[in-house]
Amino acid sequence: MDTLLEQIENGTLWQFPGGVHPPQQKSLSNHAPIARLPLPEKLILPLKQHIGANGQLIVSKGQTVLKGQALTQPSGNWSLPIHAPTSGEITNIAAMPSAHPSALPELSIILTPDGKDTWIPLTENTHIDTLSHQALIDIIHNAGIAGMGGAGFPTYIKADSQRPVEFLVINGVECEPYITADDMLMREHADQIVKGIEVMQQLLTPELILIGIEDNKPHAISAMQQACQHNKKILVKAIPTLYPSGGEKQLIRVLTSKEVPSGGIPADIGVLVQNVGTLFAVSEAVFAGKPLIERVVTVTGNTIKRPQNVWALIGTEIKHLLDSQGFEPVDAQRVVMGGPMMGFTLPSVRIPVVKTTNCILAPDNTELAEPGEEKACIRCSACADVCPQTLLPQQLQWFAKGKEYDKLEDYNLFDCIECGACSYVCPSEIPLVQYYRVAKAEIREQKIEQVNAERAKVRFEARKARLEQEQAERKNRHTRSPSRAAKPAAEKAKVADALSRVAKKQGEQSAVQAAIERAKAKKMADGSLEPDNSEVVLERAKRKEQARNYKAQKQTAEVNSNDNKSAVAAAVARAKAKKAAKVSETNDAGDAPVNPPAHAVATEKETATEEDPRKAAVAAAIARAKAKKAAKVSETNDTGDAPVNPPAHAVATEEEAATEEDPRKAAVAAAIARAKAKKAAKASETNDAGEGLANPPAHAVATEEETATEQDPRKAAVAAAIARAKAKKAAKASETNDASEAPVNPPAHAVATEEEAATEEDPRKAAVAAAIARAKAKKAAKLAQANEAEVNNTDSQPIRGTIEPPIDSIDAEQPATEVDPRKAAIAAAIARAKAKKKAKEQEGNDPS
Amino acid sequence: MYALIALGSLALVFGLILGYAAVKYRVESSPIVEQVDAILPQTQCGQCGYPGCRPYAEAIANGDEINKCPPGGDATVKKLADLMGVDAKPLAGGEEAEPIKTVAYIREDECIGCTKCIQACPVDAIVGATRQMHTVIDDECTGCDLCVEPCPVDCIDMLPVEQTKQTWKWQINAIAVTQID
Repeated sequence: MDTLLEQIENGTLWQFPGGVHPPQQKSLSNHAPIARLPLPEKLILPLKQHIGANGQLIVSKGQTVLKGQALTQPSGNWSLPIHAPTSGEITNIAAMPSAHPSALPELSIILTPDGKDTWIPLTENTHIDTLSHQALIDIIHNAGIAGMGGAGFPTYIKADSQRPVEFLVINGVECEPYITADDMLMREHADQIVKGIEVMQQLLTPELILIGIEDNKPHAISAMQQACQHNKKILVKAIPTLYPSGGEKQLIRVLTSKEVPSGGIPADIGVLVQNVGTLFAVSEAVFAGKPLIERVVTVTGNTIKRPQNVWALIGTEIKHLLDSQGFEPVDAQRVVMGGPMMGFTLPSVRIPVVKTTNCILAPDNTELAEPGEEKACIRCSACADVCPQTLLPQQLQWFAKGKEYDKLEDYNLFDCIECGACSYVCPSEIPLVQYYRVAKAEIREQKIEQVNAERAKVRFEARKARLEQEQAERKNRHTRSPSRAAKPAAEKAKVADALSRVAKKQGEQSAVQAAIERAKAKKMADGSLEPDNSEVVLERAKRKEQARNYKAQKQTAEVNSNDNKSAVAAAVARAKAKKAAKVSETNDAGDAPVNPPAHAVATEKETATEEDPRKAAVAAAIARAKAKKAAKVSETNDTGDAPVNPPAHAVATEEEAATEEDPRKAAVAAAIARAKAKKAAKASETNDAGEGLANPPAHAVATEEETATEQDPRKAAVAAAIARAKAKKAAKASETNDASEAPVNPPAHAVATEEEAATEEDPRKAAVAAAIARAKAKKAAKLAQANEAEVNNTDSQPIRGTIEPPIDSIDAEQPATEVDPRKAAIAAAIARAKAKKKAKEQEGNDPS
Repeated sequence: MYALIALGSLALVFGLILGYAAVKYRVESSPIVEQVDAILPQTQCGQCGYPGCRPYAEAIANGDEINKCPPGGDATVKKLADLMGVDAKPLAGGEEAEPIKTVAYIREDECIGCTKCIQACPVDAIVGATRQMHTVIDDECTGCDLCVEPCPVDCIDMLPVEQTKQTWKWQINAIAVTQID
């Protein structure tokens, strides 16, 4: 019994299980020598053309580069550089469709050749014996060489294998039909390939080097035999033609009888496989100093006039290859990248040649027919007979169709090399490989998700632990110093005492105390969201409230002027009146603390914002606070309308002055507007609060925007945002029957008023106007349907109070609108809306 | 008599061996809660009505319905059904069987820096500070939606996860694999 080595040297070959004999079709393209193409107009160079990470960009747009200049820099983690295939200018760096069945865009460098084809200075080596191991690895790495057989595995990783290599297998099999790229390369450049093999030999020191070539390539076999005559360690083996003997695992089996274990790689059994194209690139890089910038591509198929192999620069569009070889497309033309068995149909011919592209196949409709309809599996087991990996394709198919992924893994789906032999022999034309590919992607995704879920869980747990710890610490802080804590407590008791005494004086003791208690409870509940003096504020508010009640009611009749201050005052007054009404209705005093602060802020800000631009920030803060407050309040149904009203007014007034001075405030205004929109949307969800709420904010926004849009183009965006928010709000409001009327109507007005100013400047607003028009139409329809009941059961006072201000402001605007003809339409809309509103009021037996 | 003693002593010896083996080679079977938790997608979104995936896992272990997890979709329901030995049923509330994975995206020029979303995020996937712009670490975002509601200016969008070559799936019949004459 001979040893394995002896057997191999004696010419023994083994067989892998299965395999098929598809028609060769190689004679189409293996007669003509490898051609040189004219320079294309542009080159698209994806940053990532291999397995692993892409390098970092080291060039920029507009830069002029020389042929062979590195465009990216490898940065560890299996990354490879790419190089300029010719000299020229980098015209763009953008995401372009990639050479992948999905054609998903991928970051690419677009190079426009200058036609000079000027090389960078090259460092040539004549004797590799003088180069160290690391120097050779670096040369291969920096030349950007990746496996050119199809997978694109970085060659420098393979060449730097730490494990002992018994057999170095050179893959010149090229078993896939049509493709002759390796065949022609071996015929024309056998010497260089052998030089490349010798570089690998020096790096890996294998016991034997086996070159596997299918016996349908006699020219290549003789060329290679001649080239490696001087090296006794290299054996050229002619192997029987059988698809897929070019598969890495199959070739190892045929040449060495060894089997790569399931889930393993050839290095596990002391074998390393390199493609002849890769070795040619290695010899070019080491001896001539040329990086990988071009490769042999077979352009073939019946629609190509001159099917042959060409030297294609990396990044050449497929279209350029086809056009240069005379491409006459047929109906429903398909262009396949790769061979007919394992390739994929390109979604576009504007896709670049990459380092792994070995064939462009442009078949006509007879040589590669559209796959027929999938029929039922007849369990003939032909697929299992041809499977080179001895899998059970039929079984896998059932599991893949049933999405039983763990079963698929049990049946070693991941050992499938996707050679397509099973699909090829299937009499029912079941696209078996497609099912496996989908299932593989699905399983991979699930695994990624599993990892992500695990990470999310860890983060969630960590956060929970942190929060618990924080809470514990807070608790400890309180309990540790009881003496210090006791004093404030005593003071608090005193304050409470005083408060209760004051309250007694006013004869409202119970209500106030109840309110205080509620406020306290609330404070405790949401953990110091409100400031500490809320009790005092509450107390003050309560006290002032009744006195103002009377005054406010008087004022509502008086205020008609357009002056800001008086408008605010009126608003405040109205709000109070309303609040009073509400308070008397409901015993809950929750709204009281919210209202007075707002009033105070408003008056204060009126004067302040006129002077100091810095206050924009303050205004923003206030706006945020109000938004928050309003949102909270609107959640409780019975206190909804009063508190929201004044803040809105206040903000409006404040912003009017503010926006005139500082462009930064546009942003603030935007924020406020959005906050309001959201608030309004929320409010309109609650039935009884909806009416009062939605109205004033809209008005406020309108007033604010009137001034704002006149100055700043950025505000167009703000206006748009508001419009959207309103549309949303309107949609929501109209869902609730009884709130539909009031909220929908005024916002539309407001938008109209706002847009009056806006449309003068910006054509984009036409779209907004259209949206408003639509909203109005919708509103009108809704109104017609709206039942009258809601007018009856809501208090007439608030309605009047809230609807009046918009009218005032609109009236004020009307002189201005006369200037612009477009405003006529808007004015008409306003008029209509007003008429409608009045009609409603009368209908609702309004006492006014 | 001898037989009794012999059998008795044998029984004692084997009993001791078995008892020792039971202690020494105890198999730590993960409790049902752990297994359920491992199936749940860990978005921590609270759409099931529980404050996280683990509480829901505990609830399932105590007999709650298995169809309350919209982010998990039908696949999760199926797995839970297998584990719990109950029938799989469609998702409660008419949710989609195959939910589209999303991640939160903050429109950064609209963000006012209120930190509300940061507080809402169950997996600490939002970075930012008071009055500073916030942003989402999209690799960590589980797409739970919890940050959308608290935002006072509505500047958070839920965007579908972008497809990459790694997540792309083959379409059946996308390539030409057929008989060649």
